[in-house]
Amino acid sequence: MNWTWFHRLASPPSFFRFAERFAPWFGGLGLLLLLVAWYGGLVLAPADYQQKDAFRIIYVHVPAAAVSLSLYIAMAVCGAITLIWRMKLAECVLVAIAPVGASFTALALLTGMLWGKPMWGAYWVWDARLTAELVLLFLYLGVVGLNGAFDDPRTAARACGLLAIVGAVNVPIVHYSVVWWNSLHQGSTILKFGKPNISASMAWPLYAGLLGTYLWCGYAVLRRAQNELLLRERGTRWVREMGTELAGTADVC
Amino acid sequence: MSALVALFARELKLAARARTEWLMPPLFFVIVVTLFGFGVRPNDPQLAAFAPAILWVGALLAALLSLERLYRSDQEDGTLEQLLVSPTSLTFAVFIKSLAHWLLSGLPLVLLAAPLAAMLGFPSALLTPLVVGLALGTPCLSFIGGFVAALTVGLPRGGALLPVLVLPLIVPVVIFGAGAVRASGQGLDASAPLYFLAAILMFTLTVLPWLAAAALRNAFE
Repeated sequence: MNWTWFHRLASPPSFFRFAERFAPWFGGLGLLLLLVAWYGGLVLAPADYQQKDAFRIIYVHVPAAAVSLSLYIAMAVCGAITLIWRMKLAECVLVAIAPVGASFTALALLTGMLWGKPMWGAYWVWDARLTAELVLLFLYLGVVGLNGAFDDPRTAARACGLLAIVGAVNVPIVHYSVVWWNSLHQGSTILKFGKPNISASMAWPLYAGLLGTYLWCGYAVLRRAQNELLLRERGTRWVREMGTELAGTADVC
Repeated sequence: MSALVALFARELKLAARARTEWLMPPLFFVIVVTLFGFGVRPNDPQLAAFAPAILWVGALLAALLSLERLYRSDQEDGTLEQLLVSPTSLTFAVFIKSLAHWLLSGLPLVLLAAPLAAMLGFPSALLTPLVVGLALGTPCLSFIGGFVAALTVGLPRGGALLPVLVLPLIVPVVIFGAGAVRASGQGLDASAPLYFLAAILMFTLTVLPWLAAAALRNAFE
């Protein structure tokens, strides 16, 4: 198998062009899937026999929570690549992921709290899953804060990489918290072996929402990484060439 | 090896000459715990119920006080650069620094915990899990905190950042430390959470000095 395309991706100009070409697809498809999922989840899916309409929050909550964990893993992997191979691109992606991950973690916590009030009778319980997710938010915010404290972006990214790797011990704790402890939070409904515990009429918008959220995250991370890359490489020739190239093709300016 | 012994002796000698520095964390601990006593109505029996949380959080905050100084003064006078260029393993040097930190600002807190617990009306039967837990948990803070101090060394705004980065990482230590006391209070065996604490301690002792050394090298590149 030919891996040159993959190696070429590591160079900033080719990544930039790759992102320029694919980010609109990620964003467009993601938005489309999200709209379909929300319509399916909020309108088409039948109300739950027990939770009535309140269960519909899962169409936002579950994708946000899944993405918050996946993004953290991606950030820690970028951290490892940053530290081992010193890839500039991994640094940019790492820094790009942190705010996106923090937002989705906050969204998962907020939607969970809104659901918790009618279902459990409390916005917040000191439960393993909830607390671990809250710690995940602190870890994301710590990476954002640490990155902002440095003057040199490369030193900042490597420090963030180290912090992200240490914080990664929390990821399995969040994921398995419902298994290891007697948690008030319910166990996994779809991400498990065997038949899912959810009827197909309720499940398809959830799958669409998951895929849509992942694509949307991909879009956000790609765009943020592009910005980060432009900022860091602003003095180089390829950025200037691309600037003149874009200025030539654009209708305005 | 002799370089590491010398480094350890240097840490102790510096501490002996700047007594206020290592006397402040224990004093802070005593004051924080006393403030809780003032905050509730006199002789509130609830205070004993919250004593494990108060003592644990107080001890961790007190140990946090001196963390920023761990590498800051060495960085200011150039010792840190000497450590970086010296043939001695930086990982072991970091280990020694964190160990000295625990000896000077962690151990006094462990020793103070028993009299302070008595002040809070804490049942003396539960003292063993509390003190053993603190003895296992405070070195975790010194090593995790040492790693974060290495990450933020030389940052102008590192002072406020350090606690924000350390405290989320220290959550498991608080859970198992206070959990051991709680389990013991309910008549259960406290050894399971204490073993967990010991496992966390072993992990921090072995992995974090290595990562802290990487962080220090990164800061000086």
